[in-house]
Amino acid sequence: MTVPPAGTEPGRARVEYLERGTYRQRRYRDALRILPLFATVLFFLPLFWQWDGLPGVRPSIVIIYLFGLWLVLIGLTALISWLIRFEEPESGRPSGAAGAPEE
Amino acid sequence: MISFNLLIVVSLVYVAFLFLVAFAAERRAKRDRGQWLRNPLVYTLSLSIYCTAWTFYGAVGYAARSGFEYLTIYLGPTIVMIGWWLILRKLVRIGKTQRITSVADLISSRFGKSTALGVLVTVLAVVGTTPYIALQLQSVTQSLAVFAAAPGTGWDVTDFDGAAVWIAIGLAVFTLIFGTRNLDVNERHHGVVMAVAVEAVVKLCALVAVGIFVVWGMAGGVGEMLQRIDASAIAEWQPVPHRWVGLIFLSGAALLTLPRMFQVMVVENADEKHLATASWAFPLYVLTMSLFVVPIAVTGMDLLPEGSNPDLFVLTVPLATGNQGLAILSFLGGFSSATSMVIVATIALATMVSNHIIAPVWLSSTQKGAALSGDVRGVIVMSRRISIGVILALGYLYFRLSGGGAALASIGLVSFAGVVQVLPAMIAGIFWRGANRNGAGTGVVIGFAIWAWTLFLPSFGAGAVLSEAVMAEGPFGWGWLRPYALFGIAGLDPVVHTVFWSMLFNTAAVVTLSVLTFPNPMERLQGAQFVNVFENSAGARTWAQSAARAEDLLIMAQRIIGHAEAQEMFRQEAGAQGIDGYLPEVTPELIGRLERMLAGSVGAATAHAMVGQLTGSAAVSVEDLIAVADETAQIVEYSNRLEAKSAEQERTARALREANEKLTAISIQKDAFLSQISHELRTPMTSIRSFSEILREGEVDAEARARFAGIIHQESTRLTRLLDDLLDLSYLENGQVKLDLGQGRLADVLDRAVMAAGVSGDRLVLHRDTSREAVLIETDLERLTQVFINLIANAAKYCDADRPELTIRVLSDSETCQVDFIDNGTPLEADAQVLIFEKFSRLADESKAGGAGLGLAICRQIMESLGGGISYLPGQGGPAFRVTLRQGARMAAQ
Repeated sequence: MTVPPAGTEPGRARVEYLERGTYRQRRYRDALRILPLFATVLFFLPLFWQWDGLPGVRPSIVIIYLFGLWLVLIGLTALISWLIRFEEPESGRPSGAAGAPEE
Repeated sequence: MISFNLLIVVSLVYVAFLFLVAFAAERRAKRDRGQWLRNPLVYTLSLSIYCTAWTFYGAVGYAARSGFEYLTIYLGPTIVMIGWWLILRKLVRIGKTQRITSVADLISSRFGKSTALGVLVTVLAVVGTTPYIALQLQSVTQSLAVFAAAPGTGWDVTDFDGAAVWIAIGLAVFTLIFGTRNLDVNERHHGVVMAVAVEAVVKLCALVAVGIFVVWGMAGGVGEMLQRIDASAIAEWQPVPHRWVGLIFLSGAALLTLPRMFQVMVVENADEKHLATASWAFPLYVLTMSLFVVPIAVTGMDLLPEGSNPDLFVLTVPLATGNQGLAILSFLGGFSSATSMVIVATIALATMVSNHIIAPVWLSSTQKGAALSGDVRGVIVMSRRISIGVILALGYLYFRLSGGGAALASIGLVSFAGVVQVLPAMIAGIFWRGANRNGAGTGVVIGFAIWAWTLFLPSFGAGAVLSEAVMAEGPFGWGWLRPYALFGIAGLDPVVHTVFWSMLFNTAAVVTLSVLTFPNPMERLQGAQFVNVFENSAGARTWAQSAARAEDLLIMAQRIIGHAEAQEMFRQEAGAQGIDGYLPEVTPELIGRLERMLAGSVGAATAHAMVGQLTGSAAVSVEDLIAVADETAQIVEYSNRLEAKSAEQERTARALREANEKLTAISIQKDAFLSQISHELRTPMTSIRSFSEILREGEVDAEARARFAGIIHQESTRLTRLLDDLLDLSYLENGQVKLDLGQGRLADVLDRAVMAAGVSGDRLVLHRDTSREAVLIETDLERLTQVFINLIANAAKYCDADRPELTIRVLSDSETCQVDFIDNGTPLEADAQVLIFEKFSRLADESKAGGAGLGLAICRQIMESLGGGISYLPGQGGPAFRVTLRQGARMAAQ
């Protein structure tokens, strides 16, 4: 007995093309998914700095970079999380009422 | 200097205030069912128990020692929160649908409601968290000691180890009151959450106040502060790459796996949408918490004498500058951090211990059916209370035995590294259906063992548990097992070393064993439920048809979740089944729902075992799974059939539409036919009537009489012929004609037809190829002759050539036989080629025709009833008709 692959449950048809609002919602989610990756890479960036050089890296630079980046990430997350609507079901079916406002 | 007694009074007032807040929140929640507390702000603030006293005091010390590395502890959780859509949302949804009560419950429930896994994770959590609770007690006593050590208080510093007892007891009282009020964890601890939220505000305000004081009050502004930092020892700091990466990973993973974080983030979550707010608000909170850490550290290093404990700069800097109010606020901040962490961690651990250790032991020690007779609710509540006491006692014991001091300071990261051993099982459990119990269990055990050997046991100090020889040489001199350098790799910091090796082997075990071994049906059901939580919100069937009585189930449910709730649930279930009263039919779905309901109180594994006692069946079997799959397959098939049926109905509808159009057309045709036939009958009748009237009046001469009588005769003949034709056609159309099958040569048939048509050589020249006409056929020869006569007569009548010629051509092969009649007149127009076979259609003028226009219609009917056909053959230079004989009508050629 094998388990049916996800997305092939009875009576569940995948919708390939979405109306505009739903499409935009999907992309917001994609952005939320990829954001932690960028956050990770950028937080690792100080490791590549020239720490040994004579002027070195001043702590004030570290503070400004890390806290600045942190604030930007918080702002982006707040923006996208605010744009995201919860009502639309995860897999496939477009829902009329829950569509996000058009951009 | 602050009077120490004042400090004690302030603390007690603060504690009383917290009790009041919690009490008010409970009352308020009872009144409006928690609506007021269900807001994202409270949720976000409750998450802040991530920031414990270790971070409140310790972060500054950390910064003084290791520069900006303290930030890793906040950056990891920030990354996880930013990516809330990926992991946290799924965890919260699973927590809700499966009524998960703790990390141990999540793992146990996911891997087939396994009691063993629940116990394993509970033990891991207790071992990993108890030192952390000890650390909180230590931080409070240390901060108290700071005040006491000041001259003029008259207190001896050594007394303060005893203070920890009173703190532990106070915390136990608070937790007992507000932590075990509700048995169903899903009903949430409103009082605790509210108190934690208030404490979150206090500790944030305290740290920010101290920060503002050092930046603007002492340094004189942001620019000056940055210059001071650049000039301080922190300027020499360089990131150690493996620590930077390793600690960010560790803290991010800890956010997901720490029992207390799971408690506030998943279990106490009231609404998934709150995550959207917490995703940015919580990082903002920790950013604010960490913003002033470096300024405070730098100021402390400048201000205080060499050798001062940097862990207490948050307190000692305000004290040294004479800001007593600020110092008290700072103390309350640290106190809040410590108490909120201890309270939530204790509730989380107590839930685990009572659900996964005490309840199963109690269930198996009592007789079968205990779920019915025993005081389940009382047992669970009592076991939870005992657990709270035991855990706090353990924390206190650990604090006393370890002797406080430096050994405890590093315990924060050690604790993190312990609890993240659950991570591989957790992540695999919610994203990979293939992950199974063997893999998860082995992974946790291996990770736990590596953590204990390489970090936990050495953390007690060299020589305490592991001898210095073992630390330096490895056990039995096996160098590759040295705790800080497994496999001889010595370049890693101990914490990162442990995280690296334990995660590697833990994950490898989860993956390898999951790939190689087979899960049981319950694991597979639960796996599908967890991984596809967003697709199917309905619960899976985890019970086979059982013999349990609804009454028994109700009795058990009442004992666990309370009378009113249980009765309400059963009444609703019965209502849904269309039954009045409180006893619904016992279906597998009902049992499944009941079990999830109970799981909210006692955990999935225990709930499963309890229901199992009543239903007597060993839950779901492979056969049941197959039955479910069959049902699914049937549903799929049914839906396919429905689809096919709807397509068929569409086809039928189309056919009906076409039939309707045809009927309408036929009806019009019929009307046309009737008017036509009246006309055809009326014309000769008119002649007959008028001439017969003339004859009746008798005033005509003999010659005229003879002529009139001739006309009358002629017209009545025409009438008779018309009626004969109509009758003939009617018979043919109704299929009533009787065929007189016989054999004959085609040539003979044609000869007879030519003769009967009465065409003379000068009127119509015939071209025939007699050699090709030597074909033996089997059909109704008379009828065929009639068709041929008609065609030949038509050619004679209508051919408009100067010298009319008719070619009769026979085409035959082994299968078919066709006879073409081609004359040299004017070919028919395209629309006429179709029309010519219709009744009463005449192309030429009427006088010439002398017939009613039924000839070709009759021919067509005859040929159709003979199984062949007649059609107009275009492109032959003149009107041409092809008569096709039925297949098989042709016999062997002679």
